[in-house]
Amino acid sequence: MKITGAEILIESLKKEGVKYIFGYPGGVVLNIFDMLYEEKDINLILTRHEQGAVHAADGYARASGKPGVVLVTSGPGATNTVTGIATAAMDSIPLVVITGQVPTMLIGNDAFQEADIVGITRPCTKHNYLVKDVNELARTIKEAFIIATSGRPGPVLIDLPKDVTVGKAEFVWPEKLDIEGYKPKYEGNKWMISQAAGMIEKSKKAVIVAGGGVVISAAHKELKELAEMAQIPVTTTLMGIGCFPETHKLSLGMPGMHGTYYANKAIQEADLLIALGMRFDDRVTGKVDAFAPNASIIHVDIDPTSIRKNVRVDVPIVGDVKKVLSVLNKVLKTESKGQWTQVRKAWLNQVEQWKKERPLSYTKSDQVIKPQFVVEKIYELTRGDAIITTEVGQNQMWAAQFYKYDKPRTFISSGGLGTMGFGFPAAIGAQFAFPDKLVIDIAGDGSIQMNIQELATAVLNKLPVKVAILNNGFLGMVRQWQELFFGERYSHTQLDIVPDFVKVAESYQAAGLRATKPSEVEPVLKEGLFKIKKPVFMDFQVDWTEKVFPMVPAGAPIDHMLFDEPREEKQKKLKVVK
Amino acid sequence: MRHTITLFVENKFGVLSRVSGLFSGRGYNIESLSVGETIDPKYAQMTIVTSGDDLIIEQINKQLNKLIDVIKVTDVTEFEHVEREMILIKITPKPEKKAEVLNLAGIFRGRIIDSSENTYTIEITGDEKKIEAFIGLMKPIGIKELVRTGKVAILREGIKK
Ligand SMILES: Cc1ncc(C[n+]2csc(CCOP(=O)(O)OP(=O)(O)O)c2C)c(N)n1
Repeated sequence: MKITGAEILIESLKKEGVKYIFGYPGGVVLNIFDMLYEEKDINLILTRHEQGAVHAADGYARASGKPGVVLVTSGPGATNTVTGIATAAMDSIPLVVITGQVPTMLIGNDAFQEADIVGITRPCTKHNYLVKDVNELARTIKEAFIIATSGRPGPVLIDLPKDVTVGKAEFVWPEKLDIEGYKPKYEGNKWMISQAAGMIEKSKKAVIVAGGGVVISAAHKELKELAEMAQIPVTTTLMGIGCFPETHKLSLGMPGMHGTYYANKAIQEADLLIALGMRFDDRVTGKVDAFAPNASIIHVDIDPTSIRKNVRVDVPIVGDVKKVLSVLNKVLKTESKGQWTQVRKAWLNQVEQWKKERPLSYTKSDQVIKPQFVVEKIYELTRGDAIITTEVGQNQMWAAQFYKYDKPRTFISSGGLGTMGFGFPAAIGAQFAFPDKLVIDIAGDGSIQMNIQELATAVLNKLPVKVAILNNGFLGMVRQWQELFFGERYSHTQLDIVPDFVKVAESYQAAGLRATKPSEVEPVLKEGLFKIKKPVFMDFQVDWTEKVFPMVPAGAPIDHMLFDEPREEKQKKLKVVK
Repeated sequence: MRHTITLFVENKFGVLSRVSGLFSGRGYNIESLSVGETIDPKYAQMTIVTSGDDLIIEQINKQLNKLIDVIKVTDVTEFEHVEREMILIKITPKPEKKAEVLNLAGIFRGRIIDSSENTYTIEITGDEKKIEAFIGLMKPIGIKELVRTGKVAILREGIKK
C-alpha cells in the first residue's frame, strides 16, 4: 500500500525509536504536523523559537546519548536552526534536523519562505540531504540516523520539499544499509596500541587529557581502569567533564584557558601526554608551539582529521576510545608487575604539591554574593546528583570549576561554538530525557535572555527545570577581558536594563526567587531546587567585579596563568563608558 | 608542495560544492579542479591540484575522505601516475610569424582546430611542462585567448596503493 511522504516520515521516526520531536510549525510542514495531531508514540514538543528547539534536542542527546530530532518549516524556520546545528556540530552531538522546503518545482525561484538550507548548513552539518523523490525518503532517513549517531557523531539535516511529503510511495524500511563513502573505523591499530603501551611503561611523568570522545564512546570505566592501573593523573577538557570523577585523587580538573594550575602545570611538565577523544582546541592548548613541550603524544580519536591537525603526534591511533582503551588496558595488564606506584611516586607527589600550591579559589565574602559561592552551594546541596547545563561566559567557567562532576553526561555545555542561550533549552531537553532528575541551568543574565521564551515550553510540559542566574548586570566574560586587556573600558557590556527575572518567571506561570545577600543563597537554593516542583528562575545578584581565574591570556602558553589578587572587600563603583 | 588528488565520488548534485566548500571554508588552495562522469554514471571522478605543506596536504586528504559523498581519495602525487591537461589557445600572429606558429604547433603535436584571416586556434594536450612551454613560446607572438581544462590524472597500471 502506498502512503504519503509525511506518513513515511513518521513511520520511519518510529522505526528509529524516536519519542520526542522538538519543533515549530509553518506552511510547508502543515501536513506533517497534521499527522502528529493524534499521534500517540511520538510527541511533538512545541518550543517558542526554532533555535530553542535545536538546543533542546541537543540537550536531550547530550543527556541521554540518543539522537535529538527537530522538525521546522522552510525559510525562516530553517534558518533559525543554524546556530543550534553549528553548536551541535562543534561538539559532535547526534541530531536529525528535518526542515520543510518549498515544492521541488519552485526551488530556485525565490519562492515564499524559500531558503537554500542545504547550502547554508553544508559546512555545519556532518551531512545533509535534499530529498527530491518520495521513494528515496525512508532510505534517506535511515542514512541520516546512521550518520548522525555513528563514528564521530554530528547533526544531519534533511530538507523535505512539500510535494515529497504529499506524494505517495510504498514504505520500505531498510533494516540494514551500506553507505559506500562512509566507513568509520572503530578498532585501533594493534601495533600502534602496543607502541602506546610501551611509551606508557617508559614514561615517568604521564598525564591523560580526556575529552568529549570519552563521554560519547562511554569509555569512562576503561579510562578509570587505565588511570588507576598505571597511576596516571587525568585532566578532562570542558567537553570531557564527568568522564573521570573529579573527586578522584588522580583528577586534575579542567586544563586550558581557565583550567586549574595543576592541570596546566602537569601538561607542561609531562614526558607523555595521552590524549583521548579530544581535539586540541586552542582554548586547551594556548600557544600551540609551547604546549606540552617535553611530552611525547599519544592521540586516540575516531576522527582522523582531528589527529595532527593542531599538534604533532608521536603515536596516532584512529579508533573508538572505548575499544582502543580496552585493548590497551589488556596489553598493559599483562606487562605490568605492580611497578606503577613506584614509577610514578615522584610525579604524583609533584602533582599533589601543585594542587596544594594553588587550588581553585576565590575571595569569600559575607557582604556580597560571590558567583563561585553559588556554584559551590549548588554542588553541596545536590551532592553532585544533578544534571548541570550552562550558558556561556563566566557562568560556564564557574560551573565547570566549582562543581565536582563524577559521572559522564552530567555537565552539558556548548564547548566548541560557545553559544549563549544554549543552556536553558538544553536543560529542557535533558529534563525530557530524565524527568526525575534535578536539572539545573547555571546561567548569566545576558545569556538567559537569548532563549528566555522557552520558559513557556518548560511550564507547559511541567518540566521542573531550575535556572540559577548569576546576575552581574554585565556581559561578564567580555567585561572581564575589557578590565584585564582594554584598560577597564567597558564598551557595550553593561546590560543597562536587566529584566526583573522573578517577575518574568511569574508572568510565564513559573516560580521566581531572588537572593541579594550571601545569607540568602542557601535558603533560595533549598526552596528553588527541592521545594518548588515547577520551573524556577533563581536570581542571584552577584558581585559584578568577580573574574574567572586562573586565566591564560589568549595566545600565551598555558602555564602563563593570571590569578586573582587577594582583594579587600569593596564593591567598586560602576565605571561605565558611554 | 603541489599535489594532485583524485576523488571517486557519488555523481549527485551538491557534491562539487561540498568539495569546493571544504577548500574555501578551511582556507586551502585550489589550483585546478576538473570533474566528469565515470563509466558508471552513478559515480564521478574529480581531479584537484592543490598545494600546501605536508600537514596541510594530510589534512586535505583526510577532510576529503570524511565527506560522505566521497568514496575514495588518492593522492596520486605519491605514486607513479600520468597527468594531462588540454588547452585551447587563440593566437594572433603577425603575417611573418604565421609559419612559425604552425611549425611549433606541429612540434608540440597540437592541432589547428579553427583559423581565420588573423587567428589560429590550437588544441594542445600534455603534462604541465609541455603546456607551459607552449604558452611561453606563444606569448611573444600574441595570445588573444586561452582556456584550460585543468588537470586530469590516472595512476599507472600495476601501481599498488
Ligand atoms: C550568541 C553569542 N553571542 C556573543 C557571544 C560572546 N560572548 C561570550 S561570553 C559573553 C558574555 C556572556 O554574558 P552573560 O550571559 O551575562 O554571562 P557572564 O559572563 O556574565 O556569566 C559574550 C557576549 C557568545 N558567546 N555567544
